[in-house]
Amino acid sequence: MNPLFSWIDSRTGIGAVGKKLFYQNIPGGPRWRYAWGSVVAFAIAIQFITGLTLWMSYSPSVQTAWESVNHLQNDVAGGWLLRGLHHYCAQILPILLALHLMQIVIDAAYRAPREVNFWFGLLSMQVVLLMALTGYQLPWDQKGFWATKVAMNILGIVPVLGKPLQTVLIGGSDYGQLTLTHFLAVHAGLLPAILVVLVGIHVYLSRRNGPAGTESKITRSSPYWPDQLFRNAVVCLALVGTLLYLIFRHHLSDPQAALGAELTAPADPSEPYAAARPEWYFLFLYQFLKLFPSSMEIVGAIVIPGLVMGIFFLMPFTGKSKTGAKMNIGFLGCLFVGIGLLTYSALSHDAHDPDYQFAVKAATQESERVKELAASPAGIPPGGALNLLRNDPLTQGPKLFSKNCASCHRFQGGDGMGRKVKDEVSASELSGFASREWIAGLLDTNLVASPRYFGATKFATGKMVKFVKTHVGAYNAEQKEQLQKVIAALSAEAGLKSQANLDKDQAPIIEEGRTLFSEAINCSKCHAFRVKDPDLDAPDLTGYGSRDWMIRFIKNPAHESFYGEHNGRMPQFGEKQILSDESIGLVVDWLRGEWYQPGQTNMAALH
Amino acid sequence: MQGQNNPEDIRRRQFLAKSITAVCACGAAAVPLGAAFRVLTDPLGKGASSGAKIRITNLAALPPDGIPRKFPVITSKTDAWNKFANVPVGAVYLRRTKEDIVEALNVVCPHAGCFVDYSSEEKQFLCPCHKSSFKLDGSVANAGSPSPRGLDSLMVEVREGGNVWVEFLNFQAGRSDKVPAS
Repeated sequence: MNPLFSWIDSRTGIGAVGKKLFYQNIPGGPRWRYAWGSVVAFAIAIQFITGLTLWMSYSPSVQTAWESVNHLQNDVAGGWLLRGLHHYCAQILPILLALHLMQIVIDAAYRAPREVNFWFGLLSMQVVLLMALTGYQLPWDQKGFWATKVAMNILGIVPVLGKPLQTVLIGGSDYGQLTLTHFLAVHAGLLPAILVVLVGIHVYLSRRNGPAGTESKITRSSPYWPDQLFRNAVVCLALVGTLLYLIFRHHLSDPQAALGAELTAPADPSEPYAAARPEWYFLFLYQFLKLFPSSMEIVGAIVIPGLVMGIFFLMPFTGKSKTGAKMNIGFLGCLFVGIGLLTYSALSHDAHDPDYQFAVKAATQESERVKELAASPAGIPPGGALNLLRNDPLTQGPKLFSKNCASCHRFQGGDGMGRKVKDEVSASELSGFASREWIAGLLDTNLVASPRYFGATKFATGKMVKFVKTHVGAYNAEQKEQLQKVIAALSAEAGLKSQANLDKDQAPIIEEGRTLFSEAINCSKCHAFRVKDPDLDAPDLTGYGSRDWMIRFIKNPAHESFYGEHNGRMPQFGEKQILSDESIGLVVDWLRGEWYQPGQTNMAALH
Repeated sequence: MQGQNNPEDIRRRQFLAKSITAVCACGAAAVPLGAAFRVLTDPLGKGASSGAKIRITNLAALPPDGIPRKFPVITSKTDAWNKFANVPVGAVYLRRTKEDIVEALNVVCPHAGCFVDYSSEEKQFLCPCHKSSFKLDGSVANAGSPSPRGLDSLMVEVREGGNVWVEFLNFQAGRSDKVPAS
């Protein structure tokens, strides 16, 4: 023997341990089905290796949790692979555990002398599920945040200890910094330590008692190494292959798709997330809880799952007889079928729920958008990435429009978010507002009194509609050409990003249009334009459609420079403090198409 | 099968099983370990930061008598996932040697990275940590100084209106040559 090894061996006895591990006899010889335990242990080892490394890149605070995970996912070499392995391995572990448990119950391997071993296995399973639950929240993205919130509420309904435990875990009544520090410590410190002890005892006991079901018919036996280890290694490799497939699978069909695990938008406690669902292996529980009215929720959330676990713990006693063991198999079968049906029902319900589908689509868009903003030259501010979304016109504009404007106005015929609106339209269509096309439509005899413009408003029979119908309708070719120049001049007031090049190229035409505005077309009979005239009562068109003009208009459409006393139903959003200045600015920027686009270096649009 | 229990065959079969086991086990372990290794070694690939020219001050703030003055270096900074605008990233001593010629020294002592102080009595830079001292031009002043090299000089540009710009860089401590810190 190697002198160095024998020196170490004589002081540690490591040789005997190795011998026991590798050369222990397996009664009945090696089996593929004995590999389950090993593959579960290997999956846990993957979680420890990847988890520890994830921890090194992770920063548990409200301003940095999502940001550090996003950095790892998108900026650090191999980060997506590391996250992907940890994420998908956590998804596969429950399946492996369920199969392991199924095998034990079918073989009645919980019988003497393996009762204690069985209990340690069950306890380990609980700890693994708790780790999945606590880990889900750590990226602090919308999905994890809202799903974990539901789980925490369930904990809160447990009598006596539930509420205090919930408050301690969350670190108060609100989710915040302490929630993250607590969850990280529980997920990466406390639970793994407990798991190591439980699994250690479980493995020790399973080695001590040997594989079950072979006592009576031992015909041959062979050492663990190499035949059983060979099987274990092949199964472990298959597990890694499956993980890699899951990580790459979206990428295989679409090279643009993100690799690895999903990361939704940063958690926003003020923005409920309708697409929040627990991970698929808890979906059955989620669906099961829907069957109970709130007063009975405790039965569904605590009592029944508790009873199920109780039945499992008692199996070594109930399964002593052949009939008992068969009943246990029957119970497990019913449980799996029930879980399967509930999961299917939850999935199929969501698949047919348009609101859920819409929420998922909106959430996907938001997570794509925040990644774009995070990668922009301005980057993530110290206050966190949530601010990027909160100050992003492309994200907030549609939401604000849908809540505040869409009961009267439309955007591309919808509510701004792409949904149809139930209310009757009663104000103009605002997509492309102040663009040449939009103004040309307003000055079109066929369109001006349609619901796209004034048709559904009190101005349907007003002076403007009359002017368009009687005068513009009768224009000759030269006047029509002049009108086009006026349209160009008026639209140029807005300074729209989409027309920047056109406005620049046609500067002389625009200049001409400004003169024609008051001379040939005679708009200045009612509208002020680039000169103050307090006697005119139609809206002042100086700076029409510009950011400042629109903000002033939305703040107070009844101001004398706009509709004054003729204002219809439009609320004075700023004057009456219905919307904050920031919100009005976001809606205006969105309507004007002013938001950051990847590849844009000019940061003016961001601030 | 013929000769299945032949010791030679058993040996050969066992060798095959052992080899496949080793390959599968290594393959399975390599993926998580490889991913972890790649992530942990990511900073190694980032390379040295190139010096950015940063406006430090104006000539008017520098005494004409050649006495050095310390200025913070304020610029934008990317720290992993965050971007900070206008934060101090270091400090420099500026010294006017002629009317419009300015010399710049990084305040970091090349020995162990402490910030040196200027002593107007001794007309020297003194390191409070390990008692290195440096002359006004940055060269090592005390024999037996623990610092392996003089203070690091930086490129200075005096631009229009007397604005002083410095190409700011930090260098690796503890070696006799000037190598930009990564």
